[in-house]
Formats: sequence, C-alpha cells, structure tokens
Amino acid sequence: MRFLLIEDNQALANAVIERLSLDSHIVDHAADLTTAWDYTATAEYDLILLDIMLPDGDGRSFLEQHRSAKSRTPVIVLTARSEVSDRVGILDLGADDYMVKPIDFSELEARCRAVLRRQTGAAQNTISFGEIEFDSLAATLKVNGAEVKLRTKELRLFEVFINAPNQIFPKSQLLDRLFSYDVEASENAIEVYVGRLRKHLSGSNVSITTVRGLGYKLECQ
Amino acid sequence: MLLLSAAGIAILLYVVVQSVAEQIAQESQDNILAASAISILDSARVVEGDISIDLPYSSLSMLDSVTDERAFYAIRLNDEFLSGYPDLPRIAAPNDATAFQSTTYLGEDIRMASTWRSFSTLEGQAFLEISVAQTLTGLNQSIARISRISLAIGFGFFLLSMVVAMVIAQTTIRPLHRLTGSVSRRGPSDLRPVAAPVPTEMAPLVTSLNSLMTRLQKSLSRSEDFIAEAAHRVRTPMAIVRTQAEVTLRRVEKEENRQAVREMIRAVDESSRTAGQLLDHAMVSFRTDDLARETIQLDELIVDTVNRLHPISELRDVEIKTHKLMRTKIQGDPILVQNAIQNVLDNAVKYTCADTKITVMLDQSDGTAHIRVQDEGRGFDDTEIDQLLLRFERGKNANGIVGSGLGLTIVDDIMRAHGGHIILSNNAGEGACVTLSFPL
Repeated sequence: MRFLLIEDNQALANAVIERLSLDSHIVDHAADLTTAWDYTATAEYDLILLDIMLPDGDGRSFLEQHRSAKSRTPVIVLTARSEVSDRVGILDLGADDYMVKPIDFSELEARCRAVLRRQTGAAQNTISFGEIEFDSLAATLKVNGAEVKLRTKELRLFEVFINAPNQIFPKSQLLDRLFSYDVEASENAIEVYVGRLRKHLSGSNVSITTVRGLGYKLECQ
Repeated sequence: MLLLSAAGIAILLYVVVQSVAEQIAQESQDNILAASAISILDSARVVEGDISIDLPYSSLSMLDSVTDERAFYAIRLNDEFLSGYPDLPRIAAPNDATAFQSTTYLGEDIRMASTWRSFSTLEGQAFLEISVAQTLTGLNQSIARISRISLAIGFGFFLLSMVVAMVIAQTTIRPLHRLTGSVSRRGPSDLRPVAAPVPTEMAPLVTSLNSLMTRLQKSLSRSEDFIAEAAHRVRTPMAIVRTQAEVTLRRVEKEENRQAVREMIRAVDESSRTAGQLLDHAMVSFRTDDLARETIQLDELIVDTVNRLHPISELRDVEIKTHKLMRTKIQGDPILVQNAIQNVLDNAVKYTCADTKITVMLDQSDGTAHIRVQDEGRGFDDTEIDQLLLRFERGKNANGIVGSGLGLTIVDDIMRAHGGHIILSNNAGEGACVTLSFPL
C-alpha cells in the first residue's frame, strides 16, 4: 500500500517509515502542510496518516480542505491528544479514524483495513498464488473456486506468508506479528492457527510446510 | 424593606397632617375665645366710679350659635364672682394677655380663655377678670374628620408608593431576570460574552461579567493547551521508542534480546496508557463538576462506540455484538457517557479470552436504562469485586495485561455524576457482567 505520512517530528517519521516498509508498504513523508499538498496533488495514495500539530498549521484545516476537495483517500489522524472531546471533533471534521500516539502498528494495520473495507467500490486487493486467490480486504481465500472466510488472526498470519512466499518464518517472529504485546501468548497458538490455515488450503497445490528447527514457509508444488 | 419604609412614610405623613390640623383648629378656637373674652372686657365701663358691664350678646353667641357648642363664662372682679358660672375653673393669666387651657367642666372637655384688665375706680385699682369657655364637641368632630382624611391620604400614599415601587422593581428586575436566565441556561463550556439587552444602569455589571468570561476562557484554554502540549511532548518520544522497538524486534534474532525488546514495548504501552487515563480522569473531573445535560440517543451512541472498537476486538478474535438495543434517550454529557461505555468495552476486550463473544444489551425498567456488557472471560474474583472501583486498584487476574487501574474508577465517577451507578457481577455460567444504569 502507498501511504502519505504527514508528521513534523523527523525521528518519529523515520521510525514509522521504517516500520511500515518492513511490511512492504511505500511511504512518502511530508513534514508540513505545504509539502503535504504538493504530494497529494501529484500522487495517489491508499491512505493518509495525519498528525494534528504541524509547524505551518493545524492538521484539522488539512482535513477540512481535503474533504471539501472531495478527495476519497481515507485519512487516519495520529494524535498526541487523548481527550475524548478532541477525538470526537476530529471525526466530525471528516477523518475516517484516529489513533492516539504511541501507535500500535498491529492496531494501525487493523484500522487501515477497516477504513479501506468501509470505502465502497475500493479497488480489489487480490493476490493470486498457485491455485488460490487471496483478498486481504474482504478477508477471503478462494481455493479451487470455493470461497473461505478467514478470521482475523488467520487472515493476518496468511498475509505474512503470502507477502513473502518460500521465506521461512520462525515461530517467535510469527508470534510477535500476530499477538499484541500486552497479552502473553505461547508458540502453541501459532501451531493452532497454522493448522487452521492448512485445513483451508487442503485440496490445492499451495501448502504451509514445516522446516524443522526453523519455522514455517508457504510454497506451491 | 420597600414595603416597610413606605408604611413608615405613610404613618409619618398621617401623624404630621393630624398634628398640624389639630394645631390649626386649636389656634382658630383660641382666637374666637380670646375675641369673645376681649369683647366682654371692652364692654366694661367705669361709670361714676363703679364698673358696669353690659354683656354683649354677640360675644357669647359667637361661641355657641355658629358651631353648636355650649359656651360658659365667668366674670370676676377682684377675685369676687360677679356673673356667669361660678364654678368655672380659674386660670392664671399674665398681665394684659390672654391665657388658654384645656380642662373639663360639667363632665365635658372644654377649652378656656381667660383675660383681665385693671380699672381705676373710686375704691382704687380694680381687676376685672373674664373667663370664657367652649365645649370641644364640634372641634373634636372636625379633628376626627381631618384625621380620617389624613389617614386616607396616608393609606393612599402607601398604596400609590407600593404600586410605583412594584412598577419600578419590575422594570429593573425584568432585564436582570433575562440576564440571569441567559447566564444560567449556558452549558459548562459556553463562555461567549452576554448579549442579553439590559438597561444602561446594568451595563457595568454586564461588562464586568463579560470580562470575567473572557479571563475564564483564557485560563481554560491555556490549561487545555497545556494538557495538549504536555501530552504531545510526552507521547511523541514514546511513539518513537515504541516504533523503533518494533523495528528492532523484527531484526533481532537472539531470543533473550527479543524478550527484552518485548518488555520495552510493554512498558511503553503501560505508561502511555496510564498517562492517557490520567488525562481522561482530569477531563472527567472537570466535566462532571459542571455537567452538561444534553439529550443522548443511547442506542446510537452504543453502536458508534462498538463500531469504533471493532478493529481492536478483531485483533484478538473477540466479537462484540449488540443485542436487543431498546430505543432509549437519556440526559447527560455525551462525551462522558461515551467514555464510560468505551472504558467498559475496552476492559471486556482486554480480559476476555480469544474466540469469545462480548454482548452489549440495552433495556429499560422502573425508570432506569440499563446497559449490560457480558463477556465469556474469566469473570471477577468475588472477594475483590468491591475494590475494583477504587483508584489504581486492579484485579488479581490482571497479571500480564496492560492497564492503569483507572478505567473503572473513571466509569464510576461518570455514572455518579449522571445520578446512575455501575454494578460488577458474574454471569451464572461464566464471564463477567458490567451493568451501567442511567436514570431516564
């Protein structure tokens, strides 16, 4: 996905860009509103991440102009303010969602997905691999023409695999990608979800194989 | 106060009119009495060395015929009674002047005048003393009439001043009422200048009220700005640490290093959550001090809040379902009510087990609206259920879950401010149930 990040703190922006590119997203960074307008005039973005306090104006004025320009690109506001009244005001101005800093990236991912899913007529986000078709927005997996609805954790786990087929993922890494840091989860949970995905994939030429001592990988026979 | 002083003035007016009237009546009677006595005295002649008095008819008739009063007289020469009413009391009159006295005679109140003159007779100096008296019946009647009139004048004045005072008070108080109304109807955050029209006399009051509003607005927005600025200063570095930690976690291979980074992320989450809840707690205290009363469509607010939580609940494979939401309107501060519902749902999502369901219900009974949030998690520990509403108090089952211990305290404060309450209980089967009750 292609993001536009509007954030004046360079260190935070760098960290966010690096974190998002780990999930193979493309991120453009604007440090102020003027630069942000230049970017939106020349490129199409899937999603805009907007900070509220900016050196040359309030992020809220960006929201208002963005909405009056009838742009369809969804905006998620990243705010440092935590007061509920602020958050309500942000949504009234036309933000699609908001998150309070520090950003939990798995939550950001979930919110992006929810926002994009809400957008009617959004472009299909399908990936074909072997005999299967995967739609991450609709959370569906088509195996030999039959459609399976994936649950959230199954979806997120499968996303990790299909974005890098044939790559070996250790269990502990999958655990970090799948569970938020505030709950204790054991590596057994990964085995459970891998088991479920294997069941969905059965009957196709795509499978998740165990690499002894290293982890799992997705491959096509 | 106004009534009392008007009554005082009326009584004073009555007393003054009464006493002036009495004085004038007295004076005119005295003049007639004096004129009568002097006319008798004037009729006295020294004829051939003797004093002869030709009592003039008019001198007594002017006393009794005109006014229906009874008249008395006594003529004494050298203290010797000559004519008239011998037992008419005597008064000592100064030389060549007339003395007056009020006394009683024959059981009637009388006013008496006495005067004397010296004559030279053959036997030497002789003192002729004339006393005339008149009953007071007519005078008393006219004084009574005057006092009735003055009483009526006093009472009339009282009534008139009451009416005037009421009219004045009305015209002064009406704009004051308007002003009071327009100030007291305001919401807690409405600090616009007062625009209600007031008479010029009250302009200074309105001006100072408005300048107070301006100062209050300034200090409020200054502290709001401060909180926002503080949050910004604290959260931005935390955000950098958390993001970099996540990036690092992806790169680190060694398990003990990964564990350390995970702990870092948890610590950042914990402190940012606590900071957020503390700011929320401050906001809630501030807003409950002066509670806004708006009409809230409770079922719609619940649906909004649940929708907003969906991405987070999905992350944990927890499903939030609304069930039988009754159309319900309550009065209150929508921001606070939403905060309460969100806190309860946040808790439910955090403490319930994965792959379970949270059910939100809304119904009404006995003039109360009940929001019930049921989960299928571990439930509350019966022994500590009462302590969970206290500040920074967390349940024993909270181990390993990030939290501040402020969430339910905030909910409790919000519920009390709305005249409602929160009840924590356990389901018959398993899981916890939180009930928020609002008066309708």
